[in-house]
Amino acid sequence: MSTPPDKKDPVAERRILTPGSNLNPRREFLRTAALFTGTVAALGGGLEVLTRRPGAGSAEAQGTDFVRPARPLGPYDTQEAVTSYQQATTYNNFYEFGTDKSDPARLAGSLKPRPWTVRIDGEVKKPQTVDIDTLQSWFPLEDRIYRMRCVEGWSMVMPWLGFPLAGLIRRLEPTGKAKYVQFTALLDTKQFPGQRSNVLDWPYVEGLRLDEALHPLAFMAVGLHGKVLPGQSGAPLRLVVPWKYGFKSIKSIVKITLTEKQPQTTWALAAPGEYGFYANVNPAVPHPRWSQATERRIGELGRRKTLPFNGYADQVAGLYAGMDLRKFF
Amino acid sequence: MGGLLPAAVLIWDAYTGALGANPIQRATLQTGLLTLTLLVLSLACTPLRLLTGWTWPARIRKALGLLAFGYGALHFLIYLLDHGFSLGAMTEDVLERPFVTAGFTALLLLVPLALTSGRNSVKRLGFARWTRLHQLVYLAASLGALHYYWGVKKDHVPPLIYAGIIAALFLVRFLKRGPVGRRGRGRPGPA
Repeated sequence: MSTPPDKKDPVAERRILTPGSNLNPRREFLRTAALFTGTVAALGGGLEVLTRRPGAGSAEAQGTDFVRPARPLGPYDTQEAVTSYQQATTYNNFYEFGTDKSDPARLAGSLKPRPWTVRIDGEVKKPQTVDIDTLQSWFPLEDRIYRMRCVEGWSMVMPWLGFPLAGLIRRLEPTGKAKYVQFTALLDTKQFPGQRSNVLDWPYVEGLRLDEALHPLAFMAVGLHGKVLPGQSGAPLRLVVPWKYGFKSIKSIVKITLTEKQPQTTWALAAPGEYGFYANVNPAVPHPRWSQATERRIGELGRRKTLPFNGYADQVAGLYAGMDLRKFF
Repeated sequence: MGGLLPAAVLIWDAYTGALGANPIQRATLQTGLLTLTLLVLSLACTPLRLLTGWTWPARIRKALGLLAFGYGALHFLIYLLDHGFSLGAMTEDVLERPFVTAGFTALLLLVPLALTSGRNSVKRLGFARWTRLHQLVYLAASLGALHYYWGVKKDHVPPLIYAGIIAALFLVRFLKRGPVGRRGRGRPGPA
């Protein structure tokens, strides 16, 4: 732009507005090329920035190994192919870290799972606060290879390490009034950056009916794939309820309370029409906005049929005898 | 041209596994976002011209609209792939779930617009009728934003941002069209 045109000259003005005018053709070409390149870069780059959500980087199978003997498959184990550690630990819903599935793996470093205590109170004869290592030492660790079905329509097969919840409940000695078990996750915006946003009411709270909690499938996990549970998977202590949608399996538990009344649980409070207290995997009851009839097993391209109670109907259907599971979803 | 870059990156990401553990879901999300973003950009052209008097936004408007349709079609194809190209499952989804109905309708509305994007179509339809037809994009974009809002499990901030921008663009049109349009007619413009 060496010679700015006279703004008052209508002919000169028209020359700028009209392409193909009597400008120097070489300069015209350069100008067009520069404009074109600039537009391509700006539009392409801008769209990338606005819409791309790259997947999380690879998670190394790191952490402390649990030392334990090999063992045959137990009565509750599935023989289906296990989801890789890499996939199971980079694709997570853990809104305490953020709503994107890559947030937990990226940000889990801020969670400090030791030292860690768990408060146990409510309708129990021995309320107490116990260190996680002490709590863990109360029980021999077991493996459980469970299916996990997310309410969003994907599933995994997870090799957990931990102990049955029933053992813990019995050790707590519930009083006669205990009807439900309420679990509370850690509330700490320093360790959980996602809690600075109020997408959900923090802390995360989940619950089970006492008979559900006492079922041998209900499990407390402290490890995954033979390793100590990583932060994004709910370190250091999480619940696993394989016949219910994944959100019931609360992570990073700091408090267990036995109650007389059904606890108010986080997702049921956030959207009562979409997520109920029971949240049993049920292909016959669609989510209001999507079908639950099928699911994608992570690592596969196609979809498979979702099974009632996530394939655990033989074991758990009896817990709900006589209940209308469309109403108690 | 630049609008094709995200598609190239998407293919590259799929090839290298950078789409993560659930690549189909991520590709669906990304093409959906691209569609909505491009629709918003195409809707921004006229308000931008009205506010600034620049003419270049109007010249790239058609390309943006066609790109939006392209990504919308890709989004739909990935959805079909996700459901194993089962027309039964698709029909059920479209009929029974407002979330899918909104998205599907938005895409259908874009079809006639894409088909009549050539210069000939303006002549054949007449400018007034062509303009009225292309006003369907307002409805399509609004349905697209609704589809996004309904598709999100909980974090509604991003869809609300899109809806807000669309609403703001409508407002600018509504407020600015009359006066500036009249002034614009008196000015020497490109043929």
